[in-house]
Amino acid sequence: MRKTSLIDRIGLFGRAGIDIVAVLGRSTVFLFHALLGRGGIGGSFGLLLKQLHSVGVMSLVIIVVSGIFIGMVLALQGFSILSSYGSEQAVGQMVALTLLRELGPVVTALLFAGRAGSALTAEIGNMKSTEQLSSLEMIGVDPLKYIVAPRLWAGFISLPVLAMIFSVVGIWGGSWVAVDWLGVYDGSYWANMQNSVTFSGDVLNGIIKSIVFAFVVTWIAVFQGYDCEPTSEGISRATTKTVVYASLAVLGLDFILTALMFGDF
Amino acid sequence: MQNRTMEIGVGLFLLAGILALLLLALRVSGLSPTASTDTYKLYADFDNIAGLTVRAKVTMAGVTIGKVTAIDLDRDNYRARVTLQVGKAVDNLPVDSTASILTAGLLGEKYIGLSVGGEDAVLKDGDTIHDTQSSLVLEDLIGKFLLNTVSKEAK
Repeated sequence: MRKTSLIDRIGLFGRAGIDIVAVLGRSTVFLFHALLGRGGIGGSFGLLLKQLHSVGVMSLVIIVVSGIFIGMVLALQGFSILSSYGSEQAVGQMVALTLLRELGPVVTALLFAGRAGSALTAEIGNMKSTEQLSSLEMIGVDPLKYIVAPRLWAGFISLPVLAMIFSVVGIWGGSWVAVDWLGVYDGSYWANMQNSVTFSGDVLNGIIKSIVFAFVVTWIAVFQGYDCEPTSEGISRATTKTVVYASLAVLGLDFILTALMFGDF
Repeated sequence: MQNRTMEIGVGLFLLAGILALLLLALRVSGLSPTASTDTYKLYADFDNIAGLTVRAKVTMAGVTIGKVTAIDLDRDNYRARVTLQVGKAVDNLPVDSTASILTAGLLGEKYIGLSVGGEDAVLKDGDTIHDTQSSLVLEDLIGKFLLNTVSKEAK
């Protein structure tokens, strides 16, 4: 009896929809429990420190290296286009605005989802499949508070910091290529940048973006780990989902945020 | 010991973040904490400001001394009223100074250039510069040029 009737198919469709709504609800309840439930992070500063180290400090290398290269490529491309209009001094302004407004927050969030998000999912998923989470509950420790909350906070704090470091390193890499290699005058590189970049408009909006991305990426990563099927297959599926969902959420949200922040032409 | 290196690592990480924010604020966006306090306002009425935008710089002898903070249309005489914010360091502009809208390079941004007048009295906060020179509109110029050639040919 492999033949499925039309009614069954419609039913399947409906179940998928209900599942999506249920996951949304479950993840929101999970988030509120972890962040606001019973004393919050208070006594577990050491745990937060440990997570900041593994989530933030260990991601530093990939962020710095990709920041330098992206800044250098931006300067190179910008120079080759701008020099045909005789305005290669504007390369500093172009590099800084591109990095601060878009590439800094977005690329950092994508790298963060791949580097730290997948690790968070796999770690929590593995804890779940080896029943460490339920053991914690047995001895009266709330895993949401002990395992999940420090990781969430570590993600919220690290990603904006990483994004700022990314932008700074990228601008520096850009000046390396533009000033030291291609011979743009040092003064006009920085002066053009300072004339066009505003603190409240560009720098702060970039930081707001990265805070939003930090929230979304860490939430997705930790929830996928906590909610995964406790098998090796389930963990691998959850890790994939983390990277895919987090990347899509970042790119989609970026468009909305950009339209809100810079859209009023 | 393991814990100690971790603490130092996280501390350095957060320090790097603060340092990055400072660099972005001071070096990249050129934010200076006293910029907005020591300034005074001047107004200038132009016939045409085409291309001038808010935040454009105000210069004197090529040196930036302030910026444009607002552009409005005067309802009564249909002229553009530009609000300039000039640094207190330059508080000795004569009342008959001229404001003109200039262009940086051929296709560059518009900015306001002030040239000094000869009066002894100086402009104070809220005063208006009356002697102005409007933005150069390329279409008008081309139009005049064409008209000129046509009238020459007609002779």
